[in-house]
Amino acid sequence: MLRMLRSPVFVLALAASLILRVDLAGGQGTIKIAYTDPLSGPFAQVGDQNLKQFKYILDWINSRGGALGKKFEIVAFDNKSQPSEAIIALKSATDQNMPIIMQCSGSNIAAALIDAVDKHNERNPSNRIVYVNCGAVATELTNEKCNFWHFRMDAHVAMKAETMVRALPKEISKVYLLNQDYLFGQSVQRDVKTFLAKLRPEVKVVGDELIPLGKVKDFSPYVTKIKASGAQALITGNWGPDMSLLIKAGMDTGLEVRYYTMYAHLGGGATAIGPNGSGRVRSVMAFHENIAVETHKADTEEWTRAFRGQHNFDFYAAGFRTIFEFIQAAMNKAGSTDPLKFAQALEGMTITDMLGYQVTMRKDDHQILSEYFVGVFTKGVKYDSEGTGLGWKTEVTVPAKDLAQPTTCNMKRPSA
Amino acid sequence: MEVLLVSLLNGLVYGMLLFMLASGLTLIFSMMGVLNFAHASLYMLGAYFAYDVSRTIGFWPALVVAPMLCGLIGALIEMYGLRRVHKHGHIAELLFTFGLAFIIDKVVQMIWGLLPVPYRVPAALDFPLFTIYGTKFHAYRGFMLLISALMFFAIWLLLTRTRIGLVIQAALTHREMVGALGHNVPRVFTIVFVGGSALAGLAGVIGGNYLVTEPAMAFAMGPIVFVVVVFGGLGSLPGCFIASLIMGFVQTFAVVIDYSFANVLALVGITVTDTTPFAEFLTIPVPRIGALLPYLMLVLILLFKPRGLMGTRDT
Repeated sequence: MLRMLRSPVFVLALAASLILRVDLAGGQGTIKIAYTDPLSGPFAQVGDQNLKQFKYILDWINSRGGALGKKFEIVAFDNKSQPSEAIIALKSATDQNMPIIMQCSGSNIAAALIDAVDKHNERNPSNRIVYVNCGAVATELTNEKCNFWHFRMDAHVAMKAETMVRALPKEISKVYLLNQDYLFGQSVQRDVKTFLAKLRPEVKVVGDELIPLGKVKDFSPYVTKIKASGAQALITGNWGPDMSLLIKAGMDTGLEVRYYTMYAHLGGGATAIGPNGSGRVRSVMAFHENIAVETHKADTEEWTRAFRGQHNFDFYAAGFRTIFEFIQAAMNKAGSTDPLKFAQALEGMTITDMLGYQVTMRKDDHQILSEYFVGVFTKGVKYDSEGTGLGWKTEVTVPAKDLAQPTTCNMKRPSA
Repeated sequence: MEVLLVSLLNGLVYGMLLFMLASGLTLIFSMMGVLNFAHASLYMLGAYFAYDVSRTIGFWPALVVAPMLCGLIGALIEMYGLRRVHKHGHIAELLFTFGLAFIIDKVVQMIWGLLPVPYRVPAALDFPLFTIYGTKFHAYRGFMLLISALMFFAIWLLLTRTRIGLVIQAALTHREMVGALGHNVPRVFTIVFVGGSALAGLAGVIGGNYLVTEPAMAFAMGPIVFVVVVFGGLGSLPGCFIASLIMGFVQTFAVVIDYSFANVLALVGITVTDTTPFAEFLTIPVPRIGALLPYLMLVLILLFKPRGLMGTRDT
């Protein structure tokens, strides 16, 4: 027994249990929000950066009273990009009576979560949970697959595709599509073509390529092909390494097209474009740091600048602040942290976001309607990205009402 | 013609990068009979070291220093890790390097973070060397070709024209005999492992700024290098060289060939429509499966020529 007491493992276990107890006691008065995304593996960067931004935002929200006098607390669960792991996270969250689960990356994971949350809430009316989707953007999630417990706080693929097509200048008549070969990439491909046919029928699609997800290391052959096709613009929904390597290959071989992307403004994009890519890459986005400068929102600019002071990457997630402001407002309005009550309060709610725009959570399908921007990566902006000296500048602002696409959602609402 | 020529160049550059990575692995694999899963991790370390060194004292010193650091790490791995594990057989060695790959991966994430680091091509090589049909051929790609060609000749000369090379060659095939002749075989193992690691590091220095230096780069490059080594054949440097070029060309040309099985069937008069059985499969164009072709070739060569292209022993 004495031996056991002296063993380092025992001491560690004892220390851990004490810390755990203190932690549990300290968490009594908080509203816990479960967050699940990849925190390990090739896409760990995504979850890690999101988490840091959440914490920054929540500190701010908590300093302004939280909701109902309680503070918010984020609890992270690694889902390793696997739907099954996300379901385990959901189970842990409901076991601890957390009112909200958030998830941002992977529409396949989102689809699994929507189903699981719906079933759980039906079976356990006393322990319900709301699923806040912070970035899984497949169009069907708020159409065919829409659900009362699911709130999507990001524009879906069709909305992004429409923004992109509307931003194509008149002189462009030939475009090349290159996307990742899975649910998301295929819906980018389909939606871009739909909106091209509708809004710009004269534009010709000279190339339409799907690449295996995360498998291509050298994009020079694709660049050769794009060049040979005579395209003036390249449209891609690629993200992660598939985005950065494609852009880098294009820059190195001097592919003189306009790049229209959905994710070049996220981590790694600026580095891939490099200092020589001024004015060539565009991205559709909900936010970039220079918008606050352009619209003279000094307090917002100061707020994002302070984030830079504490972290080694740029703040890109105005949408995340809107999410927590929505949750805060809905709980205060409902006067309760009961998921059904604040979910009902959230339906149809409109708030003003940090850039001063009106943002609505549409009641019909729980799809957020917010303004959207097309930015160009260029020299001469106040805040650069990833230390390149270049940064994003707004080229087109699309108001929320222009993106209110019709929905096919036929939502079933809980009776009590 | 234009596409053909540019694609040939693309394939050559990519193939030579693969060769830099695979040559070290093929030596280690031939000698120890173990696929070193941590090889691509050393490639990644090479890129990160090069980034750090080039930030402080410049790219050219990094070209020497980073591979040396990788060689040093390789020496530590071999002397204090693999040599102990070796007596428990190949499976233990394999699992050891497998675990090591994950550890290095995590350590890299902890030291340099999850974001890609801005490791750039040096300014002296950052200009278009020549323009071919309007496509710029970057000077740095020429530099890559030069380094890898030099490397090929250096290794080849070392292995065939020097004493240590002859001992290594002999130890590849007749380990006991070489030992019996009084050579220190474990030291030869260490030398090969250090050399292989340094080559991986060199590939990292060169490839890290040509592609992107990020924590996922090891896992992105790892599988394709194994394919090259197995395809080229055990114990054969020329085999490895040829396999690298083949893989480079296959991947490059697969992208630019916009055909599917449906086009082949059309030649013999069969038209594929939506109602044809397997229409989904038959109409997949080659570019969509291009990146998978090397693995298909790996499976086929193991089935029909298990020794690889120019291998002298079974894998």
